[in-house]
Amino acid sequence: MSDDLVLTLEALQVETITGATLVDKVDVTLKRGEILGLIGESGAGKSTIGLASMAYARAGCRITGGKISINGVELRASTANARRNFRGKSIAYIAQSAAASFNPAMKLMDQVCEAPVIHGVMSRADAEKNAKFLFGKLQLPSPETFGDRYPHEVSGGQLQRAMAAMAMSCRPDIIVLDEPTTALDVTTQIEVLALLRDLIREYGTAGLYITHDLAVVAQIAHRIMVLRHGKMVEVGAAKQILEAPRTPYATALVNERREATTLPLIDPPAGAEQLLTVTNVEAGYRPGTTVVKGISVSLARGETLAVVGESGSGKSSLARVVAGLLPRRSGDVKLAGQTLAPVMGQRPRDVLRRLQMVHQMPDVALNPRQTLQDIIGRPMAFFFNRSPSQVRERVAELLTQVGLPADFAMRRPGQLSGGQKQRVCIARALAAEPDLIICDEPTSALDPLVAEEVLKLLRGLQDKLGLAYMFITHDLGTVRRIAHRTAVMLRGEIIAQGPTAQIFSPPFHPYTEKLISSVPEMDTTWLDHVLADRKAA
Amino acid sequence: MTILGHRAPLTAQIGIVIVVFYLLTALFGPWFAPYAQSQSVGDTWAPPSAQMLLGADQIGRDMLTRLIYGARMTIGIAAATTVLSFFIGITLGFTAAVLGSWVDVVLSRLVDVILSIPQLILALIILGVFGSSIPVLILTIAVIDSTKVFRLARALGMNIAVLDYVEVARMRGEGLWWIIRSEILPNTSAPLISEFGLRFCFNFLFVAALSFLGIGVQPPYADWGGMVRENAAAINFGLLAPLFPAIAIASLTVGVNLVVDWLLSIDARPSGAQAEM
Repeated sequence: MSDDLVLTLEALQVETITGATLVDKVDVTLKRGEILGLIGESGAGKSTIGLASMAYARAGCRITGGKISINGVELRASTANARRNFRGKSIAYIAQSAAASFNPAMKLMDQVCEAPVIHGVMSRADAEKNAKFLFGKLQLPSPETFGDRYPHEVSGGQLQRAMAAMAMSCRPDIIVLDEPTTALDVTTQIEVLALLRDLIREYGTAGLYITHDLAVVAQIAHRIMVLRHGKMVEVGAAKQILEAPRTPYATALVNERREATTLPLIDPPAGAEQLLTVTNVEAGYRPGTTVVKGISVSLARGETLAVVGESGSGKSSLARVVAGLLPRRSGDVKLAGQTLAPVMGQRPRDVLRRLQMVHQMPDVALNPRQTLQDIIGRPMAFFFNRSPSQVRERVAELLTQVGLPADFAMRRPGQLSGGQKQRVCIARALAAEPDLIICDEPTSALDPLVAEEVLKLLRGLQDKLGLAYMFITHDLGTVRRIAHRTAVMLRGEIIAQGPTAQIFSPPFHPYTEKLISSVPEMDTTWLDHVLADRKAA
Repeated sequence: MTILGHRAPLTAQIGIVIVVFYLLTALFGPWFAPYAQSQSVGDTWAPPSAQMLLGADQIGRDMLTRLIYGARMTIGIAAATTVLSFFIGITLGFTAAVLGSWVDVVLSRLVDVILSIPQLILALIILGVFGSSIPVLILTIAVIDSTKVFRLARALGMNIAVLDYVEVARMRGEGLWWIIRSEILPNTSAPLISEFGLRFCFNFLFVAALSFLGIGVQPPYADWGGMVRENAAAINFGLLAPLFPAIAIASLTVGVNLVVDWLLSIDARPSGAQAEM
């Protein structure tokens, strides 16, 4: 019955103003109360579709073809004013980064009440009452006064829930959720996800749930649409996509995600020589605050130590202490038996060479004005005084080693994809012929399939060159793929460490257990089970 | 019309024509100048004629010849000043941005002190003490002007200095000079080039102002600001003489600004048009 359709996109076409196609003839239908998951890697066009369902296109993009209807009204044929009337009232949007989407100078209540008052749905007093009711529903602390706070006064998870309250304030027919839990820590994600799901179900709202994580969408969506390069690859019931995908691309996505929780763990190499020893290290940024508290870890040659924790746990700070970017206040850091100076500037050149770093964001880790030749060649010229022709040869060799064509040497970072850039960062680290590479979340800015390839590359290089990695990550799936040993950090302290297999099996530290059980699994009933288990416990 | 791969609107084309015309005049003009710059060839404020296209100045020198020589002096001093001021400002600004801590504090407060004194007064004091020769003039204006370049360069440098690729260079143990030259400068060149055009204008007006006050370029050398001052009295008699150098100053300023506006718009042009509402 067409009356039941709240949203239809027919042959939707979105292009950039320079003519590149972002979304190519995609059809979407949404029944009342139905949730459709949009899955794909970055650049697949899923966010563009989400915005286009409100007949909106980002700066530099245009909707060039197709029909967009909400409750039977064709939006593209309507005036800009008529379209504005739909937004916020019939269709609402929850953005990925709540912190960047709220106006920092306005109290939360004013922002949540804005839409219903402007659309004339409620008076200000009713809107406030409604907002407080929604705050309560979303289990925000003290719902009566929560709205009096400013965005910076609440946590990321709370802000994301406040945005959900804002989106639901007009009781829209459709809600577009654009990666609403991606920026959250894994233990927070599960709470927000459960609350969002319950609220949407209770209100009977239809939704487009955009995410790159299949396991997350499995918990909430009735149907899933897989997208790639702006084209629809496969669409079907959630269960069918998860259990029996028909297309090769969807199968690859499903398998990759499944491995994150099922892959066999790797054991540490036996009898390797100790390389890095960190003993009782304390460090902090401001006097009086300590972000790294009495930490001791060690790492052998050819081994990977994963340091896991949520944001603010001090894992990156620990990496910076080892690198000498954050001077330690006390304790000792030894590389192959030799004590390292607390400050990088006091370390001899050879120590700097032996310890390299790969950063989280390859976009800002490469100078956009230099060619790959300059970027990868510089450490060789700097540390080994190689001649230009030797450098050229070695750059070609390294590019091949990290899986890039040797003729990329004259390219600049802007001409590469995210995964290729990260490979260049790895090649630059290798150019110094290090013993230890500190990897600070090197795969968290990459798409899952690309990240998997980068992890494979890192493991291959480790086997061949005997490198040791100190691997900072928040993602337990990554730990499973790369780490021989794991240290779990919570509020600046290490609460558990040992071989990965031991950390991942009982008896657990309660926090480790919470962390592990919070990683969504590829099962549509996972969320219900976890919530039931936690309630029972 | 496109220049260097960028479409130049009509205003930019006009600006480029003006700037190129004055540059050519400054470089090659003296070869074509009808007379010598200090040669008295007519009556005081003689009206334009076939021999003297723009008439004569207050002691009978050919106005056109003086303008041509003045272009070389005025533009030359302004260019030298701006180059020097950018060298000082960028070097210190980037140093402050990269090293931070006490280096930044000392340099920034020093700049604040200089900025707190009105620049014309400061220039008057320095030139009064050291006497007005062309090197002293250039150095004085350059130092005063470099404070503004410092502030811009420091702000731009700070944005770049926190990026991971600079951190990688530091971790490698690269020196300050290498970080400034290879990592920071190439990534800040666009706004600095636009600023160079603007500061060139200000400096050249500053030289004109100092010459007008009598402590800039000294006779018998011609410079536009000085020429306005020398011929100012002619206004009382309804004569055109002071207008010619004034027009030269005004048109070069307009021309440079048109070009700079265009350069800035290239730099700031968004990658796409407005969002579709």
